[in-house]
Amino acid sequence: MAFITANWNPLGDAFYRKTELYEMFWSLRDGLRDSLIAAAPYGGPIALLREPLRRSPSTRPQLEIYSASGVSITSFPWKSGPVVYLGWSVNDELLCVQEDGTVLIYDLFGSFKRHFSMGQEVVQSQVLEAKVFHSPYGTGVAIVTGSSRFTLATNIEDLKLRRLPEVPGLQGRPSCWAVLTQDRQTKVLVSSGPELYVLDNTSCTAVYPPGLSPQAGSIVHMSVSFSYKYLALFTETGRLWTGLSNLQERLSEVDTKQAATPRQMVWCRRPRSQQPSVVLMWDRLLLVVGSCNDTIQFPLEDQSVLVGELDGVRIISSSSQELLQEVPLVCQDIFKIASMAPGALLLEAHREYEKSSQKADEYLREIKEQNVLGDAVRQCVEAAAHEYDPDTQKALMRAASFGKCFLTEFSPDQFVMTCRELRVLNAVRESSVGMPLTHTQFKQMTLQVLIDRLVYRQFYPLAIEVCRYLKIPDYQGVSRVLKHWASCKVQQKDLTDEAIARAVCAKVGDSPGVSYSDIAAKAYECGRPELAIKLLDFEARSGQQVPLLLKMKRSQLALSKAVESGDTDLVYTVVTYLKNEMNRGDFFMTLRNQPVALSLYRQFCKLQEPQTLKDLYNQDDDHQELGNFYVTSSYRDKRLEGRLAQLQSAVDEYNKAKNDFAAKATEEEMRLLRFQRKLDDEKGAGLLGLSLQATMEALMSLGLHKQAEQLYRDFRVPDKRYWWLKLKSLAEKEQWEELEKFSKSKKSPIGYLAFVEVCMKNNNRHEAKKYVSKVTPEQKVKAHLAVGDLEGAADAAIERKNEAEMGAVLSRCSASDRLLMDKLNRARVTAAKK
Amino acid sequence: MAHSARRDSPELPDLSLLKRLARDQLIYLLEQQHEVDKLYKVEHKPIVSISDQICFLIRPRIQTVKWICDVVNADKAAGKFRRYKIIFTPQKFYACEAVLEEQGVFGDVTTDEWAFYLLPLDEDIISLELPEFFRDNFLAGDQRWVRTAASALHLLHSLFGPFSKVYGIGRCSKMTYESWREQVEQGEQKARHAEIGNVFLIDRDVDFITPLCSQVVYEGLVDDIFRIKCGCVEFGPEVTSSDKSLKVMLNSQDKVFNEIRNEHFSNVFGFLSQKARNLQTAYDKRRGMDIQQMKTFVSEELKGLKQEHRLLSLHISASESIMKKKTKQDFQELLKTEHCLLEGFEIRECISFIEEHINRQVSMIESLRLLCLLSVTENGLLPKDFKSLKAQYLQSYGADHLLTFSNLKQLGLLVEQQPGETLTVMESKVGKLVNDRTAGKLTDAFSSLAKKSHFRALSRKLNLVKNKDHPSYLMAPMLINGHEFAVTADPQSKSDAQRIILVMFLGGCTFSEISALRFLGKEKGYKFIVVTTAITNSSRLLEALLDNNV
Repeated sequence: MAFITANWNPLGDAFYRKTELYEMFWSLRDGLRDSLIAAAPYGGPIALLREPLRRSPSTRPQLEIYSASGVSITSFPWKSGPVVYLGWSVNDELLCVQEDGTVLIYDLFGSFKRHFSMGQEVVQSQVLEAKVFHSPYGTGVAIVTGSSRFTLATNIEDLKLRRLPEVPGLQGRPSCWAVLTQDRQTKVLVSSGPELYVLDNTSCTAVYPPGLSPQAGSIVHMSVSFSYKYLALFTETGRLWTGLSNLQERLSEVDTKQAATPRQMVWCRRPRSQQPSVVLMWDRLLLVVGSCNDTIQFPLEDQSVLVGELDGVRIISSSSQELLQEVPLVCQDIFKIASMAPGALLLEAHREYEKSSQKADEYLREIKEQNVLGDAVRQCVEAAAHEYDPDTQKALMRAASFGKCFLTEFSPDQFVMTCRELRVLNAVRESSVGMPLTHTQFKQMTLQVLIDRLVYRQFYPLAIEVCRYLKIPDYQGVSRVLKHWASCKVQQKDLTDEAIARAVCAKVGDSPGVSYSDIAAKAYECGRPELAIKLLDFEARSGQQVPLLLKMKRSQLALSKAVESGDTDLVYTVVTYLKNEMNRGDFFMTLRNQPVALSLYRQFCKLQEPQTLKDLYNQDDDHQELGNFYVTSSYRDKRLEGRLAQLQSAVDEYNKAKNDFAAKATEEEMRLLRFQRKLDDEKGAGLLGLSLQATMEALMSLGLHKQAEQLYRDFRVPDKRYWWLKLKSLAEKEQWEELEKFSKSKKSPIGYLAFVEVCMKNNNRHEAKKYVSKVTPEQKVKAHLAVGDLEGAADAAIERKNEAEMGAVLSRCSASDRLLMDKLNRARVTAAKK
Repeated sequence: MAHSARRDSPELPDLSLLKRLARDQLIYLLEQQHEVDKLYKVEHKPIVSISDQICFLIRPRIQTVKWICDVVNADKAAGKFRRYKIIFTPQKFYACEAVLEEQGVFGDVTTDEWAFYLLPLDEDIISLELPEFFRDNFLAGDQRWVRTAASALHLLHSLFGPFSKVYGIGRCSKMTYESWREQVEQGEQKARHAEIGNVFLIDRDVDFITPLCSQVVYEGLVDDIFRIKCGCVEFGPEVTSSDKSLKVMLNSQDKVFNEIRNEHFSNVFGFLSQKARNLQTAYDKRRGMDIQQMKTFVSEELKGLKQEHRLLSLHISASESIMKKKTKQDFQELLKTEHCLLEGFEIRECISFIEEHINRQVSMIESLRLLCLLSVTENGLLPKDFKSLKAQYLQSYGADHLLTFSNLKQLGLLVEQQPGETLTVMESKVGKLVNDRTAGKLTDAFSSLAKKSHFRALSRKLNLVKNKDHPSYLMAPMLINGHEFAVTADPQSKSDAQRIILVMFLGGCTFSEISALRFLGKEKGYKFIVVTTAITNSSRLLEALLDNNV
């Protein structure tokens, strides 16, 4: 495979190779002449603005956006002011810096997103030059104005303009400048005449590159490496100084023997580079300069643009695109002529094996003798990842697979992973997709970002394929893609709502993590509310539908969905919203149809807005509840008049509700209140608010028996209750004569056992005994027992021939009552016989 | 007396995990995040504190939020500037924020949530400590707590699940189930070894009879009389026989209590005296010991004995105190009346007893309880009784109970009998569903159970679970109500987890129900874990429905 090394050029110890990536699809009439060109790193898109400075309004310049392979994405005439600079943000947004300091942001498809200004003073002084740079904080913009002042915005997402201090002696355009990000600070390195300055937020410091020959002259071009670690300076005498960007150390100084200022100068290095180099481009010459004084020269046929990448330089010309990079060490090991590295031997062994030659065995033995088969496989896999040509990749992977067969304990992970990644990479490198990513770049940018970019460029099928192929969990993979697809789909103006809804539903189905409400929100944003509602119907979680429905003013629907979701907070949110949106009548009507929401709102009103509650009941003609409401509020009213008025309203409502009982009870309550009031005024009895029973009790204990009796009659208090009450009250006050009189007033409705018990409770056995005789026969035994008259009890029990009662008496007998016990036992025996 | 449990009964999962979890969260929340150094109870009164930062840890109740607003506004009026933080547990409600906004203090306070759902009261009881669940959900129709209950279930599911079968009775159960499923589907699924196999969800309103009855097991009685709060009871001076009251934790750690908690009260004394005798014998071992034996006795046994002694004397005096209250004539008659109501005979006598009860103003809650029990067991009161009893009640306890009656009517606890729905008609309906196999000890635990009690249905269902009969047959005993469901996830092999059963009561459960489940578990070799929104009893149930406290 000698031809692999055919395009290798030695530079010091390392080799550089230039691989063709694409034949460009585009056909540019004037090549890249007179155009502003911006190509994003990581195989990003290319923006092209023809003749940006042509001022006549009749011929507007054309802004064209191409994929990296030159497939046209969009093209439109530039209608805004003159553009000074084009650049891409990390999110693949196109930044167009205008002369007046306005920065316009377009997306990949040429639709305008937003704009911002680099400051008021710029409008006057105009932008001379601008640069877009990337830092850990995002994408930044730096400009230098006509008054030779620099302004920086470190992150365009979070715009903070910083005007840097003045550079001493700088008039007009600086000869060259660059943006540096060091120590979490963004600085500008500017060359003014023979001097070199570093500008930071506060100061402008003159600096001197260590070891730069004094005769080198002033600096006319400079370049910072991709990682901001290295700096290259080109002087007017054609000398190239390279060193660390903090200007602490020099790497080399090379005389390029070119007097002209290069058109472009870009660092070309890769992580763990052996021989970092700088690529300089003149009109007809491309020069690669390493630190070892060696150079490689390539002739250029066409005007080109250099794009610095993480691990190389892309050279875009009007006809083709090439990648210039240092050959990775592992590839050198394998493919270097006469290499004896294990990987090289393994590749050779496999080749012989394919040819069915026994030499295969010899090579294999050789590797195995050195015990480096594992390394050999690893080398082949690694080298395959770095190769751009699928055939070479295949050859290497096959060799690796072949070698793997002879290993017992070898983890296949790396092999499998690389296979998969290469397949994905080859797919995106395809010129119809046009993302010429190297494996190193891919690793740096991560799979997630790659999928995002594919989605962003609307390569949905490919993105889904990639997700499925790499077995990314649906939640992060396919679902995410589908979500983007659906959001994009709803914007298609040429399709009917019905068709779109159907298409979305068919594709998205119920993939986990895709929220129909998000898609619907997008549809609503695009002014398609009908479609949004159709889509919302697919949303399984009704809670998710509510916010959008509210936004779309479909409040009724929102309310029913909120109720469906079972989330009371959500219901409440909608209710509050409705309350403010609708007039009261409609609001109540709406609630009426939603019992859950209604009861929730009632709960709230009970504590917060009692009046609203009343209105609610009124609306519903719920007289029962209204009555209850008045009763409740009557207790809050401290004044009697107010209370009575409330109660009267309650009576009216109860009557309307045909609840006679409640109406009557309330009327009685009013009567009682009035009565209590009267007595309180007359006698200061302190009765107000007591229950009927308590009132009577209080009256009796005050000795106001007449009034108590009046209540008894007026309120038709049951006899039993009255008797109990009077009995207790008299006994408590020990008015035994009164009690006796009372007992004889008529036949007791509560019987006389109660008298016995109450007397005993008040410790008057003597009085209690008076009533024993009046007790009905059934309760006699109990009565006797209550007063402690065992004999009487025994007699009564025997008389009634009741075995259980005899037993009860017996259980109360103590040993001293032997006679009685005998008697009882005898009676029991006779009773049992019968 | 302690029944020897079946040897094959499975081990309960370790619920103390929940406790540790909650404690760590709380400590982190209060100490690390907010540097709280003093704790006070939130009440409606001005806060006396010089601290410039106040942190409230509250339930999301509108009333409490209003108190806080008053505090903030008072501070503002006094020109004091403090920082306020409200931590809602278990979650924040929008309504609370709306109150803050209306009171104009929304900008002055910051809010946070502490997702604390489950408080394990014992090794087999977990409480959500949401007493308002019952009133809010069943009376006001406010479903805000359903999600909370579902989250609690979800937490248990993620710790001890996956559950293979879920059964439920009642509307709220169904909603809880659905909300829980939603949460399960949204979360990630982890295949784990299940510790709890079956779940029953039961609405409180399915069975009001059980909580309306007097409790007769020891634990239930202690709750009825002394009120157990969060597994802790405060015995007053009459029990401690000193002038101080004493707070005691009642759980399975208390060995004496553990043995008597599930016993019918009449058995408790015998057991306690037996225990006392045993204790004495253990003490008596001291006599005739040599020095060495004495040393081991002191170091190993004495402490345990002392402890047991202390507990024993405590429970004995508690029982005495209960005895004093309960052996009175009225209690016996009360029980008799309840019994009659449940069995359905001598109803007229019962009514006059209740009447007398009301007339003599024995107790507001008790009277109400009997009224409700009468109405529920008789399928509503005859119109005449309905009016007269209510009128008498109002006379006795005040007309404001008109509102209470309206609430009770709404819940169906105290209603007028509809023509054509007499008890006999209903009974014949129900009688077909439950046959009268008396389950030995069960009747003891419950004195006598209502024929309509779902408790019987529950035990029946368990029989069927064991038999692994056709699932549709399981539904048969429950067709009286409209909202039952039984969902089987995947038929797993019969493992220990299948015999660990989680019973979730939505709206509270009583200690009697818990002990009945424990008994059932012992008989059948199952282990039950009870999750309830709160421990309830007849008084709490009815107090929640009073409406004269507004």
